[in-house]
Amino acid sequence: MAQAAAHHSHDHDHGHHDPQELKMLGFWIFLVTDVILFSTLFATFVVLRNSTAGGPGGAELFNMTGVIIETFLLLTSSFTSGLAVLAMNKGSMKGLINWLIVTAILGLGFIGFEVYEFVELVHEGANFGTSAFLSAFFTLVGTHGLHVSLGLVWMIGLMFQLKKRGLTPETKGKVSALSLYWHFLDAVWIFLLTVVYLMGVM
Amino acid sequence: MLDKIKEFASTFFVTGDPMIYGADVSIALAMIGIVFVLTYFKKWGWLWKNWLTTVDHKKVGIMYILAAILMLFRGGVDALLMRLQLATPDVTLLHPEHYNQIFTTHGTIMILFMAMPLMFGLFNIAVPLQIGARDVAFPFLNALSFWLFFMGAMLFNLSFVIGGSPDAGWLSYPPLSELQFSPGVGQNFYIWGIQISGIGSLATGINFIVTIIKMRAPGMTWMKMPVFTWSVFSSCVIIIFAFPILTVTLALLFLDRFGGGHFFTLDFGGNPMMYINLIWMWGHPEVYIVVIPAFGIYSEVISVFSKKKLFGYKSMVYAMFMIAILSFFTWAHHFFTMGSGADVNAFFAISTMVIAIPTGVKVFNWLFTMYRGKITFKTPMMWAIAFIPNFLIAGLTGVMLSVAPADFQFHNSYFLVAHFHSALIGGVVFGYLAGLYYWWPKMFGFTLPETPGKWAFWFWNIGFYVCFIPQYSLGLMGMTRRLSTYGWDTGWQPLNLVSTVGAFLMGIGFLFQVLQILLGIKNFRKLKDTTGDPWGGHTLEWSIPSPAPEYNFATIPQVEERDDWWAEKDKRAKGIFRKQPPIEAIHMPKNSAIPFIMSVFFFIAGFGFVFGWSIFYIPGLIGVAICMICRSFFSYDGDYYIPADEVKRTEAAIRGSV
Repeated sequence: MAQAAAHHSHDHDHGHHDPQELKMLGFWIFLVTDVILFSTLFATFVVLRNSTAGGPGGAELFNMTGVIIETFLLLTSSFTSGLAVLAMNKGSMKGLINWLIVTAILGLGFIGFEVYEFVELVHEGANFGTSAFLSAFFTLVGTHGLHVSLGLVWMIGLMFQLKKRGLTPETKGKVSALSLYWHFLDAVWIFLLTVVYLMGVM
Repeated sequence: MLDKIKEFASTFFVTGDPMIYGADVSIALAMIGIVFVLTYFKKWGWLWKNWLTTVDHKKVGIMYILAAILMLFRGGVDALLMRLQLATPDVTLLHPEHYNQIFTTHGTIMILFMAMPLMFGLFNIAVPLQIGARDVAFPFLNALSFWLFFMGAMLFNLSFVIGGSPDAGWLSYPPLSELQFSPGVGQNFYIWGIQISGIGSLATGINFIVTIIKMRAPGMTWMKMPVFTWSVFSSCVIIIFAFPILTVTLALLFLDRFGGGHFFTLDFGGNPMMYINLIWMWGHPEVYIVVIPAFGIYSEVISVFSKKKLFGYKSMVYAMFMIAILSFFTWAHHFFTMGSGADVNAFFAISTMVIAIPTGVKVFNWLFTMYRGKITFKTPMMWAIAFIPNFLIAGLTGVMLSVAPADFQFHNSYFLVAHFHSALIGGVVFGYLAGLYYWWPKMFGFTLPETPGKWAFWFWNIGFYVCFIPQYSLGLMGMTRRLSTYGWDTGWQPLNLVSTVGAFLMGIGFLFQVLQILLGIKNFRKLKDTTGDPWGGHTLEWSIPSPAPEYNFATIPQVEERDDWWAEKDKRAKGIFRKQPPIEAIHMPKNSAIPFIMSVFFFIAGFGFVFGWSIFYIPGLIGVAICMICRSFFSYDGDYYIPADEVKRTEAAIRGSV
C-alpha cells in the first residue's frame, strides 16, 4: 500500500493527473450510459415487437440479404479499426490513417445499406407511424445508425487532427476512444441482429 | 397582415390572465434592470470573464446554487398559489386548467431545476476540496453541464409567458401528454427543458465519478474518504444508470408527438403503461439521487457539530450503497394499482420495505454520533437535527405506502402527497440548506448571521409540520391529489386551511433566509472567516483559507487519517508539524466560451423543436455541432500554469491576514 501511495504521488507531482487516463475512464463510463440507453430501447422494442396493429410484422418486412451484408461490413470495420490502433501503437502514421480510411469506407457502406433498407420499407408502406412495432424498430435501429454516423464524423475530424498534430498522447488518446466506441457499436449491432432481425424472421 | 400578426401574437404569447401579464411586466423589468446595472457599472467584461466562461468548479458551484435558489422561489410561489386555491372550498383564484399548469411546473421545477442544481452546486463546491484535488476531472464538461442545466431551466420557464405551460403532471403521463390530449406546445417545453438539462446531469455524474476515483489526494484510500464524497459517489452511480432511461423515455414521447410515432398512444399498438414503467425506472432512483447526498451532508454536519467522529463510518458507506442498488428495484410501487398481479406487487413491496433497513442504520448512526457529543446548535446543525424526526415520519409513512394492498387505498391521495413532501423537504431540502450554511464560508469567505437564520429555521420547520401533517389526514379522508377545488360538504375545509397557513409559514422562512443573506453581505467584514475553519471541521476543505483560492491547495496534501484535518490539528496542538513540500507551479484549465455558446445553441434548437420551427432547430443543431468540432480541435492547449512565485504571493496574502 505504501509503495502504491508513493508510486501514486510520484506520478502525480504538481497534483497534475494524467489527462489521458482520466479521459479513458470517463469514456468507459460514458459507454456504460450508452449501454443503458440501448438497453432501454431494446426493452421498448421487445415490449412492442408484436404490437403491429394489423400492419406488417418483421417476418414480412425484413430483407435478410441486406442485413447480412450490413453485418459483414460493420464487423469488418471493427476489425480494421483494431488494425488502425495496432498501426498507431507501432508508431506508423501512414498505417493508422489508411486503416481509418478503410474503416470509414466500410462504415459508410453500412450506413448506405441501412438508409436503403429504411427507404425500401417506407416505399412498402411500412413507415415510422404505421404501428408501435415499426416506431420501435425505426427508433432502435435508427439510433444505432445515428451512433455510427456520428462515429464517422468523429473519425473524419480525427484524421484531419492527426495530419495536423501528428501522434501525440492527446491524439493517441482520441484514437483509442474512437476505436473503443466503434467496437461498442459493433457489439450493439450483434444484439440488434439477434433480437430485431433473426428473432423477427423466425 | 396586421390581423395575422395579432393572431400569431395571441397564440405565441400567453394571454388572458392578469397574473401572466404581471409576469410579463416583471420579466421585462428585471431584464432591463440587469442590462442597465451591468452597463452602468461596466460589468459586462467582468461577467463574461469571471462567470460566463469560467471552468472553476467553485464558481460553477456558486452559479448552480444561485440558479437553484431562484427556482426555489418560482416553485415556492407555485406552491403558495396552489395552497391559496385550496385554502377553503369554491375559491376561484385559479381556474382548473391554470391549476394543472401550476402543479405540473411546481413538481418539475422543484425536483429537476431546484433540488438537482442545488445538489450539483454542493458537489462542485465540496468534493474537489474534500478529496484534496485542484479541480474536477473534466472542468470544461463541468461548465457545459451547468450551462445545459441553466438553458434547460430557462426554456422550461419560458413556457409560462410564451406558448403555454405543460399541464399533464410533473411526470407527463401519456396518453394525457400525447398530442391527442395535449395539443399545445406546453408538453414540448417540458420535454426539451428536461432533456437539455438532463444531458448536463448525466455529464455531471460521469465527471464526479472519475474525479472521485482518480483525483483523491495521495494516501486517501476509499475508506478514508469523507462521507459526503462517498454519498456523492453513490449518487453519481445512480445517475449514470438512471438518467439514460429518462433521456430515452422523453425522446420516445417526443417522437410520438413530433414524428407521429406510437410508443405510448392509445391506438396503433402503443402502450401508455410502458411510459409509466420507464419514467419510474428513472424516477424512483432519482429520489435517492437527491437524498443520498443529503445523507452525506447530515453525516458531516452532525459529526462536526458534535465534536465526534462519525459513528459507524463503514456501515454508513455500505448503507448508502445498499440504498443505491435497491433504488432500482422499487419502481413499480408507484403503480401497484396497474394490475400487474400479486407476485409482481409483492416483489416490489418487499424491495421497497427493505430500503428502510439501511436507512434505519443511518438514523441510528447519526443518533449515536450525537450521543455524548459536545453539540453546538449552529444553523447547519439545527437543520440536521430537525431532519431526524421529519424523516422518521416520512420513512414510516413510506413503509405504509409500500404495503401493496394498503396502497390501493392511499394511491393518488393526499396521504401520498404528504409522504413525499416529508421525504423531499424534510430529507432533501433540509439537508441542502444545512450544507449551504455549512459550506457558505468556504464559498464566500464569511459565515451567515445566526439570528435571522434561526428565525428562518423555526418558520420553515414549524410551517413544514403545520402544512403536511394535516395532509396525511386529508388523504385518509378521501382527498385526492391534483384536485383544483372541492365542496363544503366534504369536511376538508379546516385541515386544508391549516395546511395553507403552514405553507405560508415556510414562505416567511424563505424570506428570512433572503434577509439573512442580505444582512450577511452587509456585515461581511464583521462575519469574515479569517481562520478558514469556522466550525472546527474534520475534512480537508477546512485546511485551506476561505474563500478557497483559485488553485485550492498550494501543495497537494498527503492524507494519513480518515478525518485527516482533525488529526492534523491535534498534532499541531502537540507541536508536531508536517513537513510542507515546496510550492511549485500549478497546472490550471483555461476559461472557455464554448460551454456557454454551445448551450445557447441547444436552447435555440430546443425552442425550435418546441414549436416545430425548422428555422430554429436546424441552425441550433448546426451550432451545437460546430461547437463540438471547435472543442475537439482546440482541446490541445486548454491549460496554463500559475507560476510558483504567484502562488507563494497569493498564499502569503491570504494567510498573512489571519
